[in-house]
Amino acid sequence: MAKEVILLDFWPSLFGMRTRIALREKGVEFDTREEDLSNKSPLLLKMNPIHKKIPILIHGGKPICESLIIVQYIDETWGHESSLLPSDPYEHAHARFWADYVDKKLYPALRTLRYSTGEAQEAAKKEYIECLKVLEGELGDKTYFGGERFEYVDVSLIPFYSWLYGLEALANLSIKEECPKFVAWAERCMQRESVAKSLPDQYKLYEFHLERKKKLQTQ
Amino acid sequence: MADEVILLDFWPSMFGMRCRIALAEKGVKYEYKEEDLRNKSDLLLRMNPIHKKIPVLVHNGKPVCESLVILHYIDEVWSDKCPLLPSDPYQRAQARFWADYIDKKFYDLGRKLWTTKGEEQEAAKKELIDSLKLLEGELGDKPFYGGEKLGFLDIALVPFYTWFYAYETFGNFSIEAECPKLIAWTKRCLEIENVSKSLVEPQKVYDFVLQLKKALGIE
Repeated sequence: MAKEVILLDFWPSLFGMRTRIALREKGVEFDTREEDLSNKSPLLLKMNPIHKKIPILIHGGKPICESLIIVQYIDETWGHESSLLPSDPYEHAHARFWADYVDKKLYPALRTLRYSTGEAQEAAKKEYIECLKVLEGELGDKTYFGGERFEYVDVSLIPFYSWLYGLEALANLSIKEECPKFVAWAERCMQRESVAKSLPDQYKLYEFHLERKKKLQTQ
Repeated sequence: MADEVILLDFWPSMFGMRCRIALAEKGVKYEYKEEDLRNKSDLLLRMNPIHKKIPVLVHNGKPVCESLVILHYIDEVWSDKCPLLPSDPYQRAQARFWADYIDKKFYDLGRKLWTTKGEEQEAAKKELIDSLKLLEGELGDKPFYGGEKLGFLDIALVPFYTWFYAYETFGNFSIEAECPKLIAWTKRCLEIENVSKSLVEPQKVYDFVLQLKKALGIE
């Protein structure tokens, strides 16, 4: 009998989106438990006592934490015919490197961009665009970062597309103008059911962010 | 035709030491190139244009960057002996989680110990001790994190031992007093020739940090 798969998640989370996409790419049936991060469930605290964060994949009762580690686990456990990571060690290392780049560089820039104003925001905008351009360079003329195949780097990056509208509204930043290749790639990814189902509505996401910002400011 | 393997490195780097140990465990012959980080070589800048950091493994002219990515690569290419990662996906996820935890915490906390004073230093010390205790707990009664033999997580963690003396001296505390089981584990690791020949002496690291403090104008 197949072991139970539960995903502890939070709908606006970029990291949660990655894990949703990976599970859907592999055709894994899973139950989502939506967490209220201002009131974390006992299950979340039990399954991730170290970081107390989502996403957490619980497979047969055992927790796996940290989105890229979860994506690797999903790849190694299910659907070996459709790997998310290349089999060639050098290509494999290349994919790991670029997913790590998204986490180390792109995400911090987005976070600063979302919460800062004035000069700090302008600097973050510049940094964000620079990072996207570097990624565009890595993509080159390929359909996906994995070549003809939608793979690990695509999974790690595509959630950032859900901020397309938000960045325009928040920071007057048109990603479409600045990084057209990125948008073209993202639109190709959105054609995939696994991606379309896993990313939230962009307007909803932006509204949620505004509400959260308001709450943080009044605290 | 024989493989050409070069490691671009910097002698006190814990991240470089990880690669040295892994290459030794796998019996790979390689050329060690010492980088002057104040005057980075053309080769380094060419091989790691994104981060411009060491370590970089150059295998038959192709670069692999980021120490944990390099460890994965070494494990996959030279797969005929000494597996570094376990074969079970859940165990692999656990090893990756804890290596990621080390990278998220230790370097920055350790750096605070020799760059700050007063409350900030005390807070960093407390957090570092708590983190070390968590890792000690994860080891449990096993001789190594990899079980009976050295594994991925052992290799990811043990190089930080060379910086313990510096941390303890600047932070005025004893890691052995706080985490005796962890120190017992480091002693077991040091009995392995591939580890002891890849690590540098703690006293040399301390002297290096003193010099670095002077150069950076930190009291």
